[in-house]
Amino acid sequence: MQTQKTPTTVPAELVAKVPLRERIRVRAGKILVYSFLVLVSAPIVVMYVWLFMQSISTQVLLGFMPQKLSLNNWRFLWGEVTIGVKTYISIWPVVLNTFLFAIGVTFLVVLVSTLSGFALSRFQFRGRTQLTSMTILLHAFPGVTLLIAIYYILFALWKVPIIGPIIGLNSIWGVVFVKSALEIPMAAWIVKGFFDDISWDIEWAAYVDGCSRLQAWRRVILPVIQPGIASVAIFAFLAGWSEFLYLFTFIFEQKNFTLSLYVKQLIGDFKFVDYGLLSAAALFYMIPPLLFFLFTQKSLLKVSFGGIKG
Amino acid sequence: MATEAPVIEGLERRPISLLARLKNFAVYVPFLGPFLFLVATYFFLPVVITTLLSFTGMDSKMLWDFVGLDNFKRLFSDPIIPRIARNTAIYVVFTCTFNVFFGFFLALLTTYFVERENIGLIFRSIWLLPRMTPSVIYIIMWQWFVSPTDVGFVNQILHALGQPSQAWLARQPMTIIILVNGVIGASFGMIIFSAAIKSIPVDLIRAARVDGASDLAIVRRIIVPMLKWPIMFMTVWQTLSLLASYEYILLLTDGGPFYKSEVWALNAYHRAFSSLQFGYGASIALVLVVVGIIATFIMLKLFGFRRLMEPAKAGA
Repeated sequence: MQTQKTPTTVPAELVAKVPLRERIRVRAGKILVYSFLVLVSAPIVVMYVWLFMQSISTQVLLGFMPQKLSLNNWRFLWGEVTIGVKTYISIWPVVLNTFLFAIGVTFLVVLVSTLSGFALSRFQFRGRTQLTSMTILLHAFPGVTLLIAIYYILFALWKVPIIGPIIGLNSIWGVVFVKSALEIPMAAWIVKGFFDDISWDIEWAAYVDGCSRLQAWRRVILPVIQPGIASVAIFAFLAGWSEFLYLFTFIFEQKNFTLSLYVKQLIGDFKFVDYGLLSAAALFYMIPPLLFFLFTQKSLLKVSFGGIKG
Repeated sequence: MATEAPVIEGLERRPISLLARLKNFAVYVPFLGPFLFLVATYFFLPVVITTLLSFTGMDSKMLWDFVGLDNFKRLFSDPIIPRIARNTAIYVVFTCTFNVFFGFFLALLTTYFVERENIGLIFRSIWLLPRMTPSVIYIIMWQWFVSPTDVGFVNQILHALGQPSQAWLARQPMTIIILVNGVIGASFGMIIFSAAIKSIPVDLIRAARVDGASDLAIVRRIIVPMLKWPIMFMTVWQTLSLLASYEYILLLTDGGPFYKSEVWALNAYHRAFSSLQFGYGASIALVLVVVGIIATFIMLKLFGFRRLMEPAKAGA
C-alpha cells in the first residue's frame, strides 16, 4: 500500500513489482481520503474565518470575502452599545465579572482537588476505595440534571442573612461553588494520578524534618507537581471562562453578567441580529481559549490513553 | 492505583486511645473536608431535593406543598410528553451514532490513511477547535451558517446555484441540532480513537501487509477489534451525556419551532424556569437523574475504574 514513502517497510524489489493499475488505485484512494477530509472540515474553517472577517467589516461575501473594512463593530470596547431602543451596558465590568468567575473556579478547583487528591493517593483510611469509586461515579454522572434542585439550594442560601447575597442566587460567587463542585471530581482524580507518581522518600524526608501532613503537602509535595497543577488550573480557568448554562439560570441582573450572558443578550431576537457587533464581541470573548488553543493544540491532541507516542 | 505507604511503626498507624483516634481523624479533615462538603451540597443534596420536589407543586412562590403522585400522573397524561420522548430518542440515537462513526472515521483517516503526521494533526486541530469554543460563540457561528436570511452561508451557496433562500432552522431543526452536537461529539471520539489507533503495535499492521491484507481488511480485522473498548465506552458515555444535555439546543432553537426540537432535559428546564413549575419540572428531571444513576453504575461495572477515567482526561 505504502509504496514510495516508507522504504523501510517494503523492500525495493517488491515495490518494483507493484503493477501500474494497483498504483493508480492507491493514488485514487489517497485523493479520495484527502478530499473527504477537506470537504467535512471546510465548514468548520469557514465558520471561524467568517467570525473574524465579519468582525472587521460591514459585510462578508460567502464567509471569507470582506466587503468594506470597518472597526465600528468593535465599538462595544469604548462605550455603551445601542441597538434600536435597547442600550447594553459597558463591557468592562462584564469582563471583570468573567475574570472573577473564572479565577474563582480555578482557585477552588485547584485547592480542593490538590487536597483531596493527596488524601486519595496517600492516606490509608477506611473507605478509601469507596471514596475513589465515588469520585469516578460523580465524574460520569450528568450533574446538569440537578439544575432545578441546585436552583432551590441557591434560593435557600440566598435567604440566609449576611452571607446569602454572596453565595446565593444572582451572585457569581454562588455559581463559582456550583461550577467548581462539578469540575472537582475529575480534577481530584487527575491530581491523584500526579501524587501517585511521587516517591515516598520525598514525603518521609519531610516528616523526618518535622513537618505535619499539611505542611508536607504544601511545602514539599505541591512544588513537585507544579506542572500538573498548572494544567488542571488552565482547564478549570477555561471551563469557568466559557460557562454559560449555570450562569444563565442563576444570574438575573445585568451588573452580575459575564461575557457569555452579555453575548447571549446581544443575540437577542435573532431576526434583527447585528452580526458585525456580535462577531466582534464573540471574538473578544474567545481570546483566552483561542490563545490557549494556539499554544497547546499539539499537546492537547497527544494527551492519551496509555501515553503512547502521539 | 494508589501507591501504598510503606508502614513504619509509630507513624500514625496504630491509633490507641480515643484521643489519638480523634487526632488521627483531625488530620484528614482539611484534606477531605472541603471535597466532601462540596460533593454533599452540590451532588447528594440536589438528588434528595429533586426527589422531594417531584412530589410537590412548587411554583414561583417556592413553597413545599406536597401533592403526592400528581406530577407523575400528569406526566403520563401530558399530551406533549410522547412527542418529547420521541424527539429525545431521535436526538440521542442519531447524535450518538454520528459521534461514534464520524469520530472513528476522522481518527482512522487522520492517523492510518494520512501518512504524514503533520497533515493529520492539522485536520484533528480543526475538529478540536469547536470543543474549545465557548458554547454561545459556537452557536452564533451556526446561526449565521444556517441563517434564514440571504446572509447565511448555506443560503448564499444556494443563491450561487440559483435556488431561493430557506429557513433551515424552522424546517429542519432536529437535523441541524444533531449536526451541531455531532461536530463536538465527533471530535471527542476522534481524540480517543486516534490515540487508540496509534497505540496499536505497528508490527501487527506490517505483518498483515506482508501477508497481502488490503487496507479494508486491516481496518476490519485489526483496527476495529483493537478499538472495541474505546468504541463501547464512547457509545455508552455519549448516550448518557446526550440524554442530559441541552445547552446547544437551548441556545439555538430553544426547543422550537412548536416543540419540534424540544428534548426531555430541555423540557424539564422549561417547566421549571419558563413556566416556573418547579415541582413538575423536578419530576421530569427525576427520570433523568434515575437513568443517570443507573447508567453510571452500569458504566462502572462495564468498564471498571481505569477505562472509565482515562479517556476523560483527554476529553475534558
